Amino acid sequence: MPELFHRKIERTAIGFVIAIIAAASVGGIVEIAPLFTIHQTVEDTPDMRLYTPLELAGRDIYIREGCYGCHSQMIRTLRDEVERYGPYSLAVESKYDHPMLWGSKRTGPDLARIGGKYSDFWHVAHLTNPRDVVPESNMPAYRWLARTALDTGDLGLHLRAQQAVRVPYTDEMVANAAADAFGQAAPNSPFAAGVTQRYGEKTQVSAFDGVVPRLTEMDALVAYLQVLGRLTDAAYANTAAPQQAPNPTN
Amino acid sequence: MVQQLTTGERQNALVILLCIFVVGLAMAALGGFDPFGVHGVVVMLYSGGIAALVMKHYYDPEPAPGRQSQYYDDPIKVAIAFSLAWAVFGMFMGVWTAAQLAWPDLAFDSGWSSFGRLRPTHTTGVIFGFGGNALIATAFHVVQRTSRARLAGQISPWFVLLGYNLFCIVAVTGYFMGVTQSKEYAEPEWYADLWLVVVWVTFFLLFLATIARRKEPHIYVANWYFMAFIVVVAILHIVNNLAVPISFARAKSYTIWPGVQDAMVQWWYGHNAVAFFLTAGFLGMLYYYLPIRAQRPIFSYRLSILSFWGITFFYMWAGSHHLHYTALPHWVQNLGMTFSVMLLVPSWASAGNALLTLNGAWHKVRDDATLRFITVAVVFYGLSTFEGSFLAIRPVNALSHYTDWTVGHVHAGALGWVAFITFGSLYTLVPSLWKREGMYSPALVEVHFWLAVTGTLIYVFAMWNSGILQGLMWRTYTQEGTLAYSFLDSLVAMYPYYIARAFGGLLFLLGAMVAAFNIWMTVREAPAAAEKQADIPDTGLAPGASPAPAE
Ligand code: HEC
Ligand code: HEM
Ligand code: HEM
Repeated sequence: MPELFHRKIERTAIGFVIAIIAAASVGGIVEIAPLFTIHQTVEDTPDMRLYTPLELAGRDIYIREGCYGCHSQMIRTLRDEVERYGPYSLAVESKYDHPMLWGSKRTGPDLARIGGKYSDFWHVAHLTNPRDVVPESNMPAYRWLARTALDTGDLGLHLRAQQAVRVPYTDEMVANAAADAFGQAAPNSPFAAGVTQRYGEKTQVSAFDGVVPRLTEMDALVAYLQVLGRLTDAAYANTAAPQQAPNPTN
Repeated sequence: MVQQLTTGERQNALVILLCIFVVGLAMAALGGFDPFGVHGVVVMLYSGGIAALVMKHYYDPEPAPGRQSQYYDDPIKVAIAFSLAWAVFGMFMGVWTAAQLAWPDLAFDSGWSSFGRLRPTHTTGVIFGFGGNALIATAFHVVQRTSRARLAGQISPWFVLLGYNLFCIVAVTGYFMGVTQSKEYAEPEWYADLWLVVVWVTFFLLFLATIARRKEPHIYVANWYFMAFIVVVAILHIVNNLAVPISFARAKSYTIWPGVQDAMVQWWYGHNAVAFFLTAGFLGMLYYYLPIRAQRPIFSYRLSILSFWGITFFYMWAGSHHLHYTALPHWVQNLGMTFSVMLLVPSWASAGNALLTLNGAWHKVRDDATLRFITVAVVFYGLSTFEGSFLAIRPVNALSHYTDWTVGHVHAGALGWVAFITFGSLYTLVPSLWKREGMYSPALVEVHFWLAVTGTLIYVFAMWNSGILQGLMWRTYTQEGTLAYSFLDSLVAMYPYYIARAFGGLLFLLGAMVAAFNIWMTVREAPAAAEKQADIPDTGLAPGASPAPAE
């Protein structure tokens, strides 16, 4: 019997390693590289806005607490999901997300369009102890969030790093990061105007946790939850059966 | 341990430890009260502790001159100890998180103990702590025995093992503090990732250099898998973890990948962490410890080739099956589905090859609990890969995704395959490594086996039920065409299964504790084996013993 070609490869360690790298590289290259070059991968939407510093801080808390382990943020293109949670998610909606938080497990409901569904007050009560609001819930209680002051000192660094990964924050936004975070949670303060000026009129400015002078982690997290699904209206225009964007009066 | 090193090597080890200590000091100074600073202290304590150990034995006598003609087994022994410690820790965390889903107040109102922070301590603890250390132990053992050569380094095996465990410790302590990138199975932050690159490259070079010393012309199958495991994990790890830290004095970073591209990169990584960490490496174990334990050669060499290259090539295309019906472009989803289905062929080729190897030794399977561990592992490997290919089909995934069915599939693979093959391998490896006649208590191996089987079955059946029920409830419509169940209805229906799962997991954890005790007692108490055949590297004189692949 002629010697199998494979017997030759087995005799050289380096050759074997190169063969492994070659075989293993193809799939990733074919599937990932075109996502950066094919333009249709991410839709164009002119109204897409950035996370404010406070919302970004809230997003970091969402990551830190592992909320993504129980909540998805990706409504699939299936009828029951659209009816339960709202229009299916578009790629553009996570365009500025580093990392994405689509999730893989729904122990709790999807949160992609939670923004505007409940009042700030509801969120604060729910996060403080979910079972006060929903007795059957198995979501953890996050009481300490309202007790912990938000660290705004590093927010400029956060925005700077976001710039580095090509999220279009301006230098002015970076310079005002801490002031904007404070302003967004203090509606009547002199800092509030700058937030809407820099991030758009639709930005929600309110005393998220109900207490103005103290900026807490609860403020940041609620600000983030309230913006979910509301960075752009594109999803409402795109769905076969158009839906109304929520417009709550908080 | 230290006695095996010459004075020069002891000095080198101290120098390396000093460098690491200084890095830790710098981290602590720069980071202050940021978790980055806390991790600096962790690094200092860890390197300082090991340095103290080396210094304590610094003046011990030098090793006998013949050490190069012996296998280097000390690091393997320590790796086994680490693996068992992580198993107990990681599975305990699994049981705790499982219990929290049933009784949410078990977080005791603290941040560090809430579900979101504990969940990654479980996954990292079991996959990287338990699985990773077992892989290092067996890779070091198999590569030496099948190459009939000693590990190509004195300090580097220790560097790999201890450095890797430092990575795991930094990862897990980080989660308690809320340090995470949120990428599943790649949660540790940038500095831990950089450190792992250093450790992993050393691992790769050490493995390659040892293979280069082999006395066999051909590289044995098990080593193909260990090699694929090491090489591909390096590629995956580096690409998925590219990130920009907010500062070199802070733990936090932002990944360079945005939104949909990040999703694809993450699941290309995530799925192949399954493929090359939880599958390839453990197939390496299978291809060595199965023929040893059953005392039969691998059934077919050609089938081994087919399944090896099939797995190496196909798996890398399959990641997008984690993103069906999402905002990822359709063509990628379809590619992922297609390759996932094709993946069944090489997967079942491996499983079939293993079962056919056992053919003719079924009486041993009946009598020997260790061999039964390996056999059950193969069966669950076949089962979970079949289930995986099935779940990757889009309409099936429409039901299963986001539900406990995924968790059921995960643990059919993780408990049934990964943990079973590991324990089967350890029960084979431990007596031979410590030169014992057998395990301290074969009866306890039997007890462990039944605890593990029962625990796995309870766990997996509970999750299959809850997952399918959950998926169906979410999509059921009333006759009027409205959704029949609220989300809360589906949550309430889950509680009995969550309790059952916690119980099944507890049995599995007890089994792992029995194993740890039994192995501890084997090392301490079991009678030494009579020297049957010299277990030494081939120095050109004695014919060694290594399992030859069948033609
Ligand atoms: C153990 C899993 C778990 C974790 C972790 C978790 N949740 Fe939940 N969450 C749930 C469940 C279950 C529900 C549904 C019951 C309820 O409303 O409490 C829920 C509901 C919610 C809701 C209301 C959704 C709706 O549409 O009614 C919000 C908002 C929410 N969670 C936010 C969060 C945030 C923010 C975090 C992280 C700080 C978090 N959750 C962590 C399980 C979890
Ligand atoms: C003692 C036994 C175990 C118990 C009780 C247990 C429990 C759990 C729980 C409760 C979860 C979270 C599920 C959820 O979010 O709904 C989980 C996830 C996970 N476990 Fe385990 N586990 C055990 C053993 C293992 C082992 C041995 C492994 C791997 C070798 C493993 C790997 C995983 C993985 C990968 C996940 C993440 C699944 C996903 O994201 O879909 N587990 N486990
Ligand atoms: C042919 C082989 C396999 C295929 C095609 C496959 C396919 C799949 C699919 C389709 C999912 C569900 C994704 C989702 O809906 O989110 C999944 C999840 C998973 N599988 Fe497999 N699987 C295979 C083998 C295995 C094995 C052997 C293991 C070993 C432990 C394993 C571990 C996992 C894990 C950990 C997840 C959960 C990922 C997450 O969501 O966090 N798989 N797999």
